[in-house]
Amino acid sequence: MDQKNKNSKKPVYSKFSQQELPAWKPILTPGWVIASYITIGALFIPIGLLAWTASDSVVEIVDRYDEACVPDDFSKNPQSYIQNPDIKKTCTRSIKVPKKLVAPIFVYYQLENFYQNHRRFVKSKSDKQLRDVKAENDTKFCLPVAYDYDNKPIVPCGLIAWSLFNDTYKISTRGKDISIEKKGIAWKSDAKAKFGSNVYPKNFQKDGLIGGATLDESIPLSEQEDLMVWMRTAALPTFRKLYGKINTDIEAHDTIKVEIQNNYNTYKFGGRKKLVLSTTTWIGGKNDFVGMAYISVGGICLFMAINFILLYVFRPRRLGDPSYLSWNRHPIT
Amino acid sequence: MGKDKRKKMHLSKMYSIRRNGFEEDLSQIGGKGFSRVVHCNENGGLEGINLQNYADNYVRSTKYTPVTFLPKSLFEQFRRVANFYFLVTGILAFTPLAPYSAVSAILPLIVVIGATMVKEGIEDWQRQQQDHEVNNRIVKVHSGRGDFATSQWKKLKVGDIVKVEKDEFFPADLLLLSSSYEDAICYVETMNLDGETNLKLKQSLDATSSINEDSKFNNFKATVKCEDPNASLYTFVGTMNFQEQRYALSPQQLLLRDSKLRNTDYIYGAVIFTGHDTKVIQNSTDPPSKRSKIEKRMDSIIYFLFFVLFLMAFVGSIYFGVVTKDDLDGSRMKRWYLRPDDSDIYFDPDQAPLAAIFHFLTAVMLYSYLIPISLYVSIEIVKVLQTIFINKDVHMYDEESDKPAHARTSNLTEELGQIDTILSDKTGTLTCNSMEFIKCSVAGTAYGRGVTEVERAMAKRVNGEDRFDEIVTEAYSHLSVKGYKFEDERITNGRWVNEPHSDVIQKFLRLLAICHTAIPDVDEETGKVTYEAESPDESAFVIAARELGFEFYKRTQTSVTFKEFDPKSKKRVERSYELLNILEFNSTRKRMSVIVRDDEGKLLLLCKGADSVMFERLSKKARQFEEKTRDHVHEYADAGLRTLILAYRELNEKEYEEFNEKFTEAKNSVSADRDDMISEVTDQIENDLILLGATAIEDKLQKGVPETIDKLAQAGIKIWVLTGDKMETAINIGFACSLLRQGMKQIVITLESPEIIAAEKAGDKNSIAKVSKNSVQKQIAAGKAQIYASKSDAYALIIDGKSLAYALNDDTKNEFLELAVGCASVICCRSSPKQKALVTRLVKEGTGKTVLAIGDGANDVGMLQEADIGIGISGVEGMQAVMSSDIAIAQFRFLERLLLVHGHWSYRRISSMISYFFYKNIVFGTTIFLYEAYTSFSGQPAYNDWYLTLYNIVFTSLPAIALGVFDQDVSARLCLKFPLLYQEGVQNTLFRWRRVFSWMLNGLFSGIIIFFLCMKSLNPDSYDKNGKTAGMEIMGATMYSCVVWVVNCQMALAVSYFTLIQHIFIWGGIFLWYLFLIVYGALPSSVSTTAYKVFVETLAPAPTYWLVTLFVVIASLIPYICFKAVQMRFYPGYHGMVQWIRHEGRANDPEYFQMVRQQSIRTTNVGFTARSIARDKEFEWHLER
Repeated sequence: MDQKNKNSKKPVYSKFSQQELPAWKPILTPGWVIASYITIGALFIPIGLLAWTASDSVVEIVDRYDEACVPDDFSKNPQSYIQNPDIKKTCTRSIKVPKKLVAPIFVYYQLENFYQNHRRFVKSKSDKQLRDVKAENDTKFCLPVAYDYDNKPIVPCGLIAWSLFNDTYKISTRGKDISIEKKGIAWKSDAKAKFGSNVYPKNFQKDGLIGGATLDESIPLSEQEDLMVWMRTAALPTFRKLYGKINTDIEAHDTIKVEIQNNYNTYKFGGRKKLVLSTTTWIGGKNDFVGMAYISVGGICLFMAINFILLYVFRPRRLGDPSYLSWNRHPIT
Repeated sequence: MGKDKRKKMHLSKMYSIRRNGFEEDLSQIGGKGFSRVVHCNENGGLEGINLQNYADNYVRSTKYTPVTFLPKSLFEQFRRVANFYFLVTGILAFTPLAPYSAVSAILPLIVVIGATMVKEGIEDWQRQQQDHEVNNRIVKVHSGRGDFATSQWKKLKVGDIVKVEKDEFFPADLLLLSSSYEDAICYVETMNLDGETNLKLKQSLDATSSINEDSKFNNFKATVKCEDPNASLYTFVGTMNFQEQRYALSPQQLLLRDSKLRNTDYIYGAVIFTGHDTKVIQNSTDPPSKRSKIEKRMDSIIYFLFFVLFLMAFVGSIYFGVVTKDDLDGSRMKRWYLRPDDSDIYFDPDQAPLAAIFHFLTAVMLYSYLIPISLYVSIEIVKVLQTIFINKDVHMYDEESDKPAHARTSNLTEELGQIDTILSDKTGTLTCNSMEFIKCSVAGTAYGRGVTEVERAMAKRVNGEDRFDEIVTEAYSHLSVKGYKFEDERITNGRWVNEPHSDVIQKFLRLLAICHTAIPDVDEETGKVTYEAESPDESAFVIAARELGFEFYKRTQTSVTFKEFDPKSKKRVERSYELLNILEFNSTRKRMSVIVRDDEGKLLLLCKGADSVMFERLSKKARQFEEKTRDHVHEYADAGLRTLILAYRELNEKEYEEFNEKFTEAKNSVSADRDDMISEVTDQIENDLILLGATAIEDKLQKGVPETIDKLAQAGIKIWVLTGDKMETAINIGFACSLLRQGMKQIVITLESPEIIAAEKAGDKNSIAKVSKNSVQKQIAAGKAQIYASKSDAYALIIDGKSLAYALNDDTKNEFLELAVGCASVICCRSSPKQKALVTRLVKEGTGKTVLAIGDGANDVGMLQEADIGIGISGVEGMQAVMSSDIAIAQFRFLERLLLVHGHWSYRRISSMISYFFYKNIVFGTTIFLYEAYTSFSGQPAYNDWYLTLYNIVFTSLPAIALGVFDQDVSARLCLKFPLLYQEGVQNTLFRWRRVFSWMLNGLFSGIIIFFLCMKSLNPDSYDKNGKTAGMEIMGATMYSCVVWVVNCQMALAVSYFTLIQHIFIWGGIFLWYLFLIVYGALPSSVSTTAYKVFVETLAPAPTYWLVTLFVVIASLIPYICFKAVQMRFYPGYHGMVQWIRHEGRANDPEYFQMVRQQSIRTTNVGFTARSIARDKEFEWHLER
């Protein structure tokens, strides 16, 4: 008998092979639907309120200066102004502080209509060269900013580094300078792994078209935080990048004076430049959107829950009513 | 000893075999198409050199050989547009055009192609194993000096002499030389070739018939010249030179490969055609590669996506071209940071149109994520797993034949859920091909208490339980004789002598014992007699006679001997009747007779035949039982039984002599109207018969056939029977399995009308065709008119093979189809294999619906291959049907589970999975596209290369595969309880355009929501407490997290059957994403580039990331949840309703359940449900009157 069973081709019974595994078979019953909508609503509205208040507590000052910093004579043709090295680019802005800024205050520059995410731009760098002093000739993606006139490799090469933002800000209030700390504005991993501590700028912005800022050749790339910040390419054509940190509070109703070196040419492509001072909270900077979104999603959910409750009350479904079946509505011929 | 006796018999005399080929055919020998020359017995044994350069006997059914595997399978792969596209993008990825790295682009393609190729390889290897089994079968071959040695089939060469023994298959096409019978006849079963179950008689040339011992082959030499290999099974033209004489050969001497030697101890034959030259292999066409409707539609969807993709790329390219051109105005740059003055060709403002064209290529690569690359391979994996489930289903395992279901091709599982029409073979599929003597009517009294399968099924339906079960098993406990199920205490054990008309009963039983062509085989030890008959009906009669005490046990050329119980002497006595003539059965005569002289010297003509021909032949005087017998026959027929009328007459010597003279003359005639002459002579003698009674044989249905047909009918599936059987048999079976019932209007289309017969007699081929065609057209038109006249009635269409030939003509076939579709059941009888295939094609192409064909014999092969899906019955020995089928099951009844459960599930799973695949890729593609729009269409993805790569093959595929393999909307039990659920597949409710497009729209919305919400909430202000802002890598990773979450949660919402596996795959997919981020981020920055420490350092510590993920996911899913909740509650599909029933725990409440079911059952016209309803109605109608 045993022998016979062994040779039998009868499939072995198991819950798996017979597709009888224990399973949870959820269906969207009114209970489930209403409960989950209410739960989401009940969860999201408080979160939204929290995010909202957090965002509300953030003080943010935004000052667009690209137009204002062009002298009136040049307002029709700002490019001749910005490209003329003989004209002084210093420009002073006074900004009222509406609310007290509590340290740390972050200083950003915001560029608009600047396609840092353009594929040509994004690819135009050499990760190897930035990391490794021996790889300074690895410039194949950097063209046309790869070699100088003497055919020596440019470090750091590529369009990104070449177009490094070079406006500078000096902030003072009540006649006292406020120091802007430039340390710690880049991600730590960049300084540690992506930018070499023994890689120094070389042949950078020496000849040909000068793009943006120059770099101090005595400082290794791993300490060039402005460069590191700049080289983390932004996701969208409107972006902010960290310029520095202010570690002192600025009182409300003070006027701060910003002395801007307006070097960076955004006039050519119709871009805008803004200076931003902002504090942060746990959700980051001033971001009403997240809070709003939470509140709206929560609200929608509650609304849906009410709708469903009403629907279920007023339109109870007769169970097993076959007239719902599509083929009973349109009988098969 | 018995065998020797038999050997000396000249059984050939029992038959009227036509001897010679036609002379005119022979003149072609040696000419074109007739060039084959076979030197028999000259291969010098097994090790000899093959002098004759013909194909060897190795038969190959594999798709590939080891050499051709790689190129051929690769070619197959890249014939798919999607794969070809990915190949092109993969190659392009090595150019600077690529928006991502080449490796990351080519890897998924390699994985996908590799997986498919492995699958192909395994499948082909399995085919090779089957070939191996066939090619290594053993046969005895003459090895020289009169010795026969065993050899393998594949080693057989043309000209070899082989010895084939009883019940073995012929290894090649053989020329019959001699057999164990002295007159060198043999019986052949050709079921594998044409599906016919009756044995065929073959006879060798007289010249070689004496070479019937091993040793005599020592010096045997002969040369055969014959036709070249061809596919015609029924012709053979050739000559044999033997002992310096030329003999003509005919099909009568040809034994075809794959047919089987029966009732003959052994034969000798010379190999004429081997391997691929054999007629059966020449006949087999390459199995068509079948693709399911869903896959075809999926292809159109992919084309649509390609269109969208190219459109997107085109729009992007134009924008890109314009913006790029705008960057440089003479020497003035706009976006100076891109250095348009010194650009390479891909971004050159001076050549903006060219740059735009290059961008187009880049974009086509970038948007490739719209096309689900892993879809094909996922579908294949899913289907393989689905077929494993089919193979492993214990409910589809047949204990008796020890055969589980076996899905041979895996690419049609979902097609099983969409069957609109089933075309079924009869013999071996619906019936067991075993006949059982179950009832009889003698002298106007009905005997037999057996219960037929149909009666049982109906009783079961009416009472809800198997009322007959106990009685039947009890009744059968003492009789387990195959072919005999007769139970009536009035007759059995010799009690018939006490019946009123015992003399008639005696004659009746004697007739059963004498009037046949069966050959007895007496087991010498036990004395038990078994019979070898041409057809199972015959043997059922003889067995019945034996069981009732009339034991036929010896046949000689001239006599029939049997033992019977003599009521007078109360002893068993032996009687020997002299056998004078056998008047054979054929389909026009519909009867057979024997003329015997009994032991008292009386001349008797014993005749049995169909009621349609027998009643008119009865003597005017001897009709006393006619009325009652007719009633009984009618009753039997309605119970699905085959009936025959038995009658006899006494002849006087003069009459007989006259007859015999004419009969012999007719038999020996060689003219073309020989058959007519014979039938004329026999017609005259078979008259004035005296009625004895009628027999009822149950053509035993396979187990559960009526129930299955009823269930399938309730599921809304139409069932047609295509059979090679006679019309009467087919109609009987139609009744037996409830496809026909009383009260159904039968529309019979036949060419048996007098005018046609007259035309046939006149013999002019053209006029026959013309008259026949007109007649068929007229009948079809009349049938249609009848249907239109009263639509409420149920109609059945019965058409015979001859008419079918005309009905299938191009100009009538649509009319015919319309008629057939208007009928509740359709039976095509006497149809040839080719006609079966043609009908299948007609239904398939005419209705555009999915057609399933089911059959067991080689005659069904064409039909199985032509149908959208072919099911082979593997219960019997013949493997031909199984080999060309897509799925093999052991019994017809498994079809119920195969379709209603596996088919439904597979359909649902595959269609949901495909929709989901499109959905998830559209979500992803949308985010890519929108992001690119924000990079001024420069072709920059927000995602890291490897995120892109792994999206399809790791993070989202597994849950989709789990859905495709495991999801169940409704459990198997409920699938079977609510057969109407099957209509979801037939009407394709789950994969119609609307549904596919709503999934796509859902994907589009989700993608848009994800992109814009992420964009708004991450930009431009600072992202965490440390004042950092979100760059491209953060935006990319966040958006990607959202996509992975949304897509997997959407899956969780779509799944209706959560096993542990689903949980693991869905949540595992999300978990894997985070795991990947951590691991990949921990790799050196040269590898991980933008993903370097992105999770650990930037994402995880920032609450914003988690907040954004949470609300984006919820927001993206809300539209779907709303839709689903409303749909489920207010517009549930049928599966939804069944889910409600289950959910509310009412599935076990029979009353409620019945109510829902009744409400939802469509009225069916076939099946026993319909039958019993119709019967109830009729009954009520009678009552009212």
